[in-house]
Order: sequence, then C-alpha cells, then structure tokens
Amino acid sequence: MYQYTDTDQTLVDERVAQFRRQTEQFLKGELSEDHYRALRLRNGVYIQTHAPLLRIAGPYGLLNSKQVRKLAHIARNYDKNYCHFTTRQNIQFNWPKLELIPDILAELASVQMHSIQTSGNCMRNTTSDHLAGVCVDEVEDPRPYCEIIRQWTTLHPEFDYLPRKFKIAVSGALHDRAATQFHDIGLHLVKNAEGEVGFKVIVGGGLGRTPIIGQVIKPFLEKKHLLSYLEAVLRIYNLYGRRDNKYKARIKILVKESSLAKFSALVEKEWLQLKDNNELSADRIVAMCAQFSAPAYDDHASEDQSFVQLQVENKAFSTWVKHNTAEHKIAGYRAAFVSLKAPDSPPGDMTDKQLDAVADLADAYSFGEIRATHRQNLILADIKQADLYPLWQKLTELKLATPNIGTATDMICCPGLDFCSLANAGSIGIAKEINEALDDMDYIHDIGDLKINMSGCMNGCAHQSVGHIGILGVDKKGTEWYQLTLGGSSENNAAIGERLGPAVAKDQVTKAIITILDVYIKQRLEEESFLDMVNRVGITPFKEQVYATH
Amino acid sequence: MQLIKDQQIIDNTWQYIADNEQPKTGDISVSFARWQRDKQELLAHDGRLGVRISSLDNVDELADDLDKLQLIELDFPDFADGRSFSQAWLLRGRYHYQGEIRAIGHYIPDQVFYLARVGVNAFSPKTSRELSSIINKLQDFTVNYQSSIN
Repeated sequence: MYQYTDTDQTLVDERVAQFRRQTEQFLKGELSEDHYRALRLRNGVYIQTHAPLLRIAGPYGLLNSKQVRKLAHIARNYDKNYCHFTTRQNIQFNWPKLELIPDILAELASVQMHSIQTSGNCMRNTTSDHLAGVCVDEVEDPRPYCEIIRQWTTLHPEFDYLPRKFKIAVSGALHDRAATQFHDIGLHLVKNAEGEVGFKVIVGGGLGRTPIIGQVIKPFLEKKHLLSYLEAVLRIYNLYGRRDNKYKARIKILVKESSLAKFSALVEKEWLQLKDNNELSADRIVAMCAQFSAPAYDDHASEDQSFVQLQVENKAFSTWVKHNTAEHKIAGYRAAFVSLKAPDSPPGDMTDKQLDAVADLADAYSFGEIRATHRQNLILADIKQADLYPLWQKLTELKLATPNIGTATDMICCPGLDFCSLANAGSIGIAKEINEALDDMDYIHDIGDLKINMSGCMNGCAHQSVGHIGILGVDKKGTEWYQLTLGGSSENNAAIGERLGPAVAKDQVTKAIITILDVYIKQRLEEESFLDMVNRVGITPFKEQVYATH
Repeated sequence: MQLIKDQQIIDNTWQYIADNEQPKTGDISVSFARWQRDKQELLAHDGRLGVRISSLDNVDELADDLDKLQLIELDFPDFADGRSFSQAWLLRGRYHYQGEIRAIGHYIPDQVFYLARVGVNAFSPKTSRELSSIINKLQDFTVNYQSSIN
C-alpha cells in the first residue's frame, strides 16, 4: 500500500491549514456563501438536509487498519457513531459540525487521509477494481497507476474549475469490476499484439441524468503517455465543455454533441504537442509498483485441511464461503467480503465498533489492509484459507457476515431523502422493506446473481441505470414514486436499463420487485442468470405481471 | 488602483480602452475583437499594448501577435469559469509568452495560487483590501504534484 512521502504529508497538512483559514473567514462573514461553497465542496463538505456532510477520499478504495480506526474515532467524537461507504469507494459522515471539520481533516491527515476533491466540479477520487492485485484474471495491477493519477489530479492547478465533475476509473483485469465504461475516463490495462501492456482509453461514459456508455478513444496508449494523454483530454474538456447548462456540462455531452471523431481529433492534436515533454519515466513506474508489492504470503497456506472439512461440517460457513469470498491468485488464500448489507441496517453504513473490530481483523488476518468496493461493501483481500473460519465467526458476531454478496439484498443505495437535500424520494426505507420481504436466504441464493441499485433522485448516486434492477425515486406533486428499469449492467457487457413502465407508488415498490423475481424464477432457463434472462426475453413478461397486479 | 505583480504591490500604469474610445497615449489594453480589427492603428500609438481576453476567446488566434503585446488580461466572467486557467497555460506553455498575464474580473483570492502556477503573474484586486489577502494566498502551498508553468 502506498505510504506518504514528506511531500504528500506536507501537501495534505497545508490543505488542512488552507481550509481552516477559509472556514474561519466564512464564519466571520469575510467570505461569501457562494465563494465558500466552491471551496468547501473541493474539501468534501456538502450542506445537507440536517447538517454538513463530509466525504472523505478512499484512494481507489484502499485503507489500512490505522485509517479505519481513525474513522471509528471520528464517528465517535464528531458524528453519531457511524459512517457510510459510497459507490466511489469514499467514506461519508452525516453529522459533523462545520466549525469542527478542519479538526476532523487534521485528524485524517495524521493517518495519511484527506477529503480533497471529493466533490465540486473538479477531478474526483480515482476508483478501481476492489480485487486489484489479488484476482486471477488480472493483466496488471492497476493500483500503481491509480496512485500516479491520484497525485496528478490532486490540486491540479489548471483543472480545478472544470465545467462539471470528472471521474476516472482504472481496471487491470479481464472482468471489468470498476465500471470503466461509465466514467468520464475509463482506463483498462490491456496487452497489445506485441505483448506490451498499456491502456485502452474510454471516454465520455457516465451515469446520472443522462446515462451514456463510454467510447474507446484510444485502443492502446503506451504507459509512458498516461499523464500527457489525460492532460490533453482534460484541456480540451476544460476549454470546450459546456458551461451554459449544468445538466449538459459533463464530458459525455461534449463527446456526444461534437461526435467522437471530432472530439478525438481535438484531443489528438493537443496530445501530439504534449506527449514528448511529459513522459512518465520507467523508473517512476517501477518505484510506484514497488509500493504495491505483494505481502509476505505463506507458501504453505494451501496445505491446510481444515477449510474443506469445516465447509462440509458447517452449512452456514460453506454458504458464506460460497457467496462472500472470492478466488485469490495465491493458492491457499481467498478474498473475503465484509457485507455492509445486513437486513436491519442501511446499506453501506458501519458503526464505530464495527470499524474498530474490522481493523483488528485486518491486522490479525489480512496484512492490516481493508478495501472498500463500489457496491458499498468492504473486502479483506488476503485471507489464508485456514483463517476463514475464525474470520467468519467474528464477522458473524459483528453482523457483517450476511451471505448476500452479489445477491438481491446486496443493494446499492444512496442516502436518499432521509439525509440528502437533492433527493426526491426515500431509498433507505425501501431497501429495508425489500430486505424484510426477502427474508429467506435460500430464496435469495436461488435467485443468485442480482444487482439492485436504488437512487432517491435523477442524480443517480446509486447507479440505478446500470442495476440489473434499477429503482429511481421521483417526485410527483409532493409524493414519492419510483421508476423501475431492468437489464442495466456496469460490467464488460455494459448496458443501460430499460424502463419497465410508469412509476409505481411507494407502497407498491417491494411488491413489484417480488413480482419481477417471481417471473424470473418461473421463466428462467437452467443456470440462466436474471440479467441473461432479461437480455433473452426483454422486459415484456415482467411488465405484464408488474402492471397486471396494479 | 494598486495591484500585485510578481508578488509585489505596485501601481497600475495600464488603462483599458473601450471599443468605442480612441486610443490614448501610454499603456493601453483593448478587447480581443478590437485588437483584431484595429491592429495597425493600435501599433502606431505611443505606448505599450495589451489585450483583454474573455474566457470565450481562442488564444491560439493570438499566437502570432504575442511579441507585440506586453500585457494579456484574463477577464474572469465568473470565478467558476476555469477556461482562463487553460488560456494562461497555453500562453506560457505552448506559445512561450514572456509578458505580463494579469487576472482581472471575478476570480477569487483563493484561486491565485493555482493561477500563479499556470503562469499568471499579476492580479488585479476587486478592492484594495484584497491586496494582502492575495499576497498571502500566493503562499498557500509549498509543494505540488504536477509540473506546470511555475
């Protein structure tokens, strides 16, 4: 895991001092609301329904145990004993006091964390594959490039006042777990015909109000040109992106309105003038890769016999292993998910006690590292198979072992109307209701791989348009209604969900979901996943049943 | 009115001439449209020349004239309009402009550190009270991650 140098630490400390001065100026009335708003947003501070919201960066989702303990400390001392993990692998606090936020940021800086550029019209936290470095289908570990990009994007003097926010994701595996086709820039590490590894560059994807699948602008970019190419794209976007209408200001609209060919020509012309003076040196890449070198794995891990035996003896354990762990590239190891989707707690939330306990588990079993996933769970990535049983027992005690990863109750959910000032409708309540209706784990496992994403408004923080089932809260004359979509996907087979029909009333959402799942159970082919079936039969059979009952 | 140039507070010697005004003796700046229209007449006037560009102007079109200009004013219509940052970078980084680049209009003092990094070396404050604030904020950071102009 990357460790801060003196430069990194100085930069973060100076940022805290800067924001402290700005906040003091604002509180004294020396800085206008409008100006302070732009500055606080660039430090992750929103003003929400009840209180300010502080969003902290989880760089490409990677955290260590010390940092997680610090989050627990902040939850206890500055908030209401919990925090929330977001779809950008970030961490949010819902109840901090504005005047204390500089103190919180100073606490974070002491463990090499910050909230820089986690909101505002600037380059945001770079996200990545939650199984980076451990998965079996990896071309190359994306994290060193994520860190190079993190540094380049942080306090970039030219690109901090963009037309709109700008998100970059990097994937190094064959299976895209980072939704690279739905980012302003998606980077995919690929091998060319000569066997060299470089980047496939995808541009102009995005979710939100106008979901668009990104297009390949550069099939193969040599690694040394990574930053010059990003600079070229950002400069063209900064100069030509629309600023007249915030709903048309994302790069996806620029690419769409000008056509990929024209946009690409502008970028290419810009890049050709930059590329030779801005090369990423091989030394820098090697040094950065060294920061992410493999931990000291036990060569004898696979010799353990207990793992197989305990699965035979204990059905609950074997169910958890099946659903909540993933294959690891090292024999005798697995990656274990920490499910933040227990039936009775809001998706993605964690208490201070759970945070502390997971930090201890990471120290005991997973080299002290914890990762956040973009589906709002955590992963302990390097668990020896012999340790999975005690880990499972402890996670069960903590209510963090619900065996539902990748299933119907592993919903992505935004904070919704309960917390967010933008929301039109509640989402946490609906998630709870669906959870209560789907209380039979065998039924959930029978349904299998299913991604339900639910957002409380058009901004689509919970990526409803790429959910296999998407639920979007809308406001109809002061009441909450929900628009359903089917067939979305953020993975390799990227697709935007199709609208099922008219929005349904709040008290009908759970019923509609159950109806959809029943149609699937009755009409699926053997081994056919929900998404495959939707792709085969379309939405009609679902639509007929959902609206027949209304 | 005083302003900041190269980290010092100095007196402003420049005057902006509106598009319907006659050029005056001394240091004057004009709009980009005026410059394109009356280039020869302006070059004949007694004094130094500057051009005021808006965030909509394309600085590439100014590239061939840069050796005739001692001042380029970047006029911020709104502090959130970040095009001026790229304009400054292009003037310095691509066209190697050596004269003064001055931020004017609706930028905010909290942006001057970034503006200085992309090559802006002079700042016209909205009020004289902003002078010390701008000087201080030019020192917000002692480190950075990217190469830029400064």
